[in-house]
Amino acid sequence: MAVIDYGMGNLHSVASALAHVGAERVVVTHDVEQIRAADRVVFPGVGAIRDCMAEIRRLRCDELLQVALTEQHKPVLAICVGMQALMSHSEENGGVDCLNVIPGTVRHFGHPLHDADGQRLKVPHMGWSEVRKVSEHPLWNGIPDATRFYFVHSYYVTAGDRSLLAGSVDYGVCADAALARDNLFATQFHPEKSHTAGLQLLRNFINWTPAC
Amino acid sequence: MGLAKRIIPCLDVDNGRVVKGVNFVGIRDAGDPVEIARRYNEQGADEITFLDITASHEGRETTVHTVEQIAEQVFIPLTVGGGIRSVDDIRTMLNAGADKVSINTAAIHNPELVRQASQRFGAQCIVVAIDAKRVADVDGQPRWEIFTHGGRKPTGIDAVAWAVKMAELGAGEILLTSMDRDGTKNGFELGVTRAITDAVDIPVIASGGVGNLQHLVDGILLGGADAVLAASIFHFAEYTVPEAKAYMAERGIEVRR
Repeated sequence: MAVIDYGMGNLHSVASALAHVGAERVVVTHDVEQIRAADRVVFPGVGAIRDCMAEIRRLRCDELLQVALTEQHKPVLAICVGMQALMSHSEENGGVDCLNVIPGTVRHFGHPLHDADGQRLKVPHMGWSEVRKVSEHPLWNGIPDATRFYFVHSYYVTAGDRSLLAGSVDYGVCADAALARDNLFATQFHPEKSHTAGLQLLRNFINWTPAC
Repeated sequence: MGLAKRIIPCLDVDNGRVVKGVNFVGIRDAGDPVEIARRYNEQGADEITFLDITASHEGRETTVHTVEQIAEQVFIPLTVGGGIRSVDDIRTMLNAGADKVSINTAAIHNPELVRQASQRFGAQCIVVAIDAKRVADVDGQPRWEIFTHGGRKPTGIDAVAWAVKMAELGAGEILLTSMDRDGTKNGFELGVTRAITDAVDIPVIASGGVGNLQHLVDGILLGGADAVLAASIFHFAEYTVPEAKAYMAERGIEVRR
């Protein structure tokens, strides 16, 4: 299993969480051969989108990801900024074009932000929010609806094709918390930081055999 | 249901051991940080904060190793603070497995560090720690100043204005400790907590003075904090994290359970 490393932030927690739930031979790498040889790929990400996209393109991680998704049909899990990078465009850093793997937008939560009761909400959205399961998916196995996961983000995803929505989160706006298409699953929250529920999702990922 | 208020046990670590003192004097040994972090993870803590109070260089190496061990076993967010002075220090801690890094004195000497760090690593992992102490009122209004050196050295900087400036520079969160209350078990200093939570749009963690579970509730309902940090009430098993969450939930606070 390969965790794609494009030099942005701490990827050890993703790797150690995967190892903790039983993944064998987890490599954190941007090496073409290692990623091609992996049977599963995790595409994480933290930090600002402009720097992330620049590194993704410089290290040709975008091409590797395409190969894994559409030629090799491997299970791919994208996390947080990894999910945002899959969209068409992000508002962050004055506007950045992303990979357009899933057509959709990444927008700022806005200011000021309030919940339905008029309570002020802080940005970044940092902490544990309930995720509404919108569709059944093997990665939700053993995870009840409205389970709390750990989020930390100031920008949120809206996929163009609403049939891809696997989970949503309410934080002043209704944001996409999880998207699923064929052999790809993407989460805005951090499963590797989401305690037992997050570990369950990662366990589901390493046991997942997509239909396609 | 909205965002849960967070409970964050804090480990003050000196030379590889968890300690907790009253106003940083009269330190008590509370045990092995890895073991304690694992216990809080199992109890359902929402995050863990690790504050390194080791002075020596050798001790700092121990800290990196301890952070690595905790990160391998604890699958909730981990913040590391204490002695962070440069972008390199931040990178070292993030590479060791920290999710966030807390900057305190270095932000006072070099506020640009906050901007640089936030641009490099993202606001989500930059916490600015503020040690505030009540000073003489100005025009009948309460005022709090930033103090360094464990609350002994005044800086003349207004704590509320500083929090606003840190948020503008790119801090993702404020860790606010009342130096009047830290270690006293008399509860948070609610005045400064409220003033800062109202002044900034980023989350604020209240710290310093927790002696019982009502103090946690007050920090959130009266102080407006997004998260509450406590050390000794958990270390010495006066209360467990689930007891704290049950108490808060009974008083209408959303918690993760």
